[in-house]
Amino acid sequence: MHIIKLVFKNTFRHKLRTSLTILGIVIVILAFGLLRTVVSAWYAGVEASSASRLVTRNSISLVFPLPISYRDKIRQINGVKLVSYGNWFGGNYIDEKNFFANFAVEPASYLELYPEYILPSNQKAAFLHDRKAAIAGQKLATKYGWSIGDTITLKGTIFFGNWEFVLRGIYRGKDKSTDETQFFFHWNYLNETLKKTMPRRADQPGFYLVGVSNPNLAEEVAVSLDKTFKNSLAETLTETEKAFQLSFVSMSEAIVVAIQLVSFVVIVIIMAVLANTMAMTARERIGEYAVLKTLGFGGWHIAALIFGESLFIVMIGCTIGIAFTFPIAKVFGNTMGTYFPVFNVATKTIYLDVVVSLFVGAVAAVIPTWRAIKIRIADGLRRIG
Amino acid sequence: MKYKTPLVEIKNLYKSYRRGSQIIPVLENITFDIEDGEFLALMGPSGSGKSTLLNLIAGIDTFDSGIIKVGGVDIAALSETELAQWRSTNVGFIFQFYNLIPVLTAFGNVELPLLLTRLSRKERREHVETALRIVNLPDRMSHYPGQLSGGQQQRVAIARAVVTDPTIIVADEPTGDLDRVSAKEVLELMCRLNVEFGKTIIMVTHDPHAAEKARTIKHLEKGILNAHNQARL
Repeated sequence: MHIIKLVFKNTFRHKLRTSLTILGIVIVILAFGLLRTVVSAWYAGVEASSASRLVTRNSISLVFPLPISYRDKIRQINGVKLVSYGNWFGGNYIDEKNFFANFAVEPASYLELYPEYILPSNQKAAFLHDRKAAIAGQKLATKYGWSIGDTITLKGTIFFGNWEFVLRGIYRGKDKSTDETQFFFHWNYLNETLKKTMPRRADQPGFYLVGVSNPNLAEEVAVSLDKTFKNSLAETLTETEKAFQLSFVSMSEAIVVAIQLVSFVVIVIIMAVLANTMAMTARERIGEYAVLKTLGFGGWHIAALIFGESLFIVMIGCTIGIAFTFPIAKVFGNTMGTYFPVFNVATKTIYLDVVVSLFVGAVAAVIPTWRAIKIRIADGLRRIG
Repeated sequence: MKYKTPLVEIKNLYKSYRRGSQIIPVLENITFDIEDGEFLALMGPSGSGKSTLLNLIAGIDTFDSGIIKVGGVDIAALSETELAQWRSTNVGFIFQFYNLIPVLTAFGNVELPLLLTRLSRKERREHVETALRIVNLPDRMSHYPGQLSGGQQQRVAIARAVVTDPTIIVADEPTGDLDRVSAKEVLELMCRLNVEFGKTIIMVTHDPHAAEKARTIKHLEKGILNAHNQARL
């Protein structure tokens, strides 16, 4: 109890130095938390993917489409429960700055495959019955101030022209990890228009989404699906939704690795800063430690004082840092908008903050403690005066 | 507790420091006894080894050869932990620069050595209050060292030294940092501890006025005990 009291009092003996050190720790915890959240956001699509969904695309590249005739053949494969399809539309809203994911999909099967997109039944019915209808995620609708019944015009970058849609529904995610920044409309609307304007590109979905009856059969179904279209004009590549998402992430893996590296570098920096603070503190108090040893206090008492102070400082910084991480992550997530559709501080990140802080606090105290314990009392007393 | 044999026995004590490859002798063949209830002043010029001798008697430094027994205990035979425990119950320390913990009040500083005992909180409070009454500072209990004068800080340090009722009190230049009036008060207090409470005190000083208060004065010169030591009273 007295040791704790002494640790507390010692911590604030040099208010400026302690405050600056705590400030440094707060900034590092914030930076660490945000960087880890960016990494999590990068993998959000992977995390949200389902084990019972497969993605089939042209084996050459995602850029090349597949014939619509594959739909019925895929349906006949053993283990396939549901088939949907669609195209990446790539439209811009007003101008290029307003980027968000927009897809032309077969609406009924798509919504059945993605139960995590929660749409009120009346909105769902309105969406399904209107060929020009579209739905948007809650975050996206909020961002642009859309409401049901609004007409939204997207400027096509792959399928040229201005495309008008009527917003018939706004979906919410089942949980925090569901992307609420997407925009979906009828594949038929795209296809019918293409038939008139660019018939060469009609009847060709960019991808198929396959629901399997049993997640354990996913691999088997993927193999037999690709086998079905082997040696055809458009061979397929089928993979689990997770693998498909990961293939996107792996394209930017170097950036993710760099972010992870930076997040650990800042930890090393603050470890050095705290170690320096503790070294200065212990050096200044070496006489006091000698006095305590003279009075009969042992090495463990001295260690408790130094470790206690180091851990106390780092945990104050950690607590404040964590408290600030949430609002700042929210602001950051809103600023990044649709680039990071899911930007939530994970519980794991908070645990990591605490573990890293304890580690930094402990490591920073090791050398000062060792020196304080090892110094001979007579030498320590000579430093006073 | 009164000892029939001398309280402190020092025999053929040698101590040297190593500086690189050079060995510097500090104490050479020191032999003398200190009786229970003694007030001994160790005098000598700077570098004569008097503080080193005091540290050795108090068990905060190690020697090359010889024997130091305090209350019959051969302190060289004790391990680090045993020695720390021994110091906490047998030795009270008074330093030149008081060496109080600045973030603790006078009460907290005096209580420090008692934290290593099994006394209850209430018992500790009683002991601390008694010690502060002895040094005539009962009204400064809640003051921090920075709020006290040098003389008052030294009196708090004396209270800390006596609070565990140690076998010996060692004082290294206790008046070295004080003005004349405060020095006189501290010396009178030490005399009182010796006369009224029967405490054995070993004091290092280079101040002849301070040494005058002691019953015995021993001179050290270049690590050797001077032959003509004075016995007073």
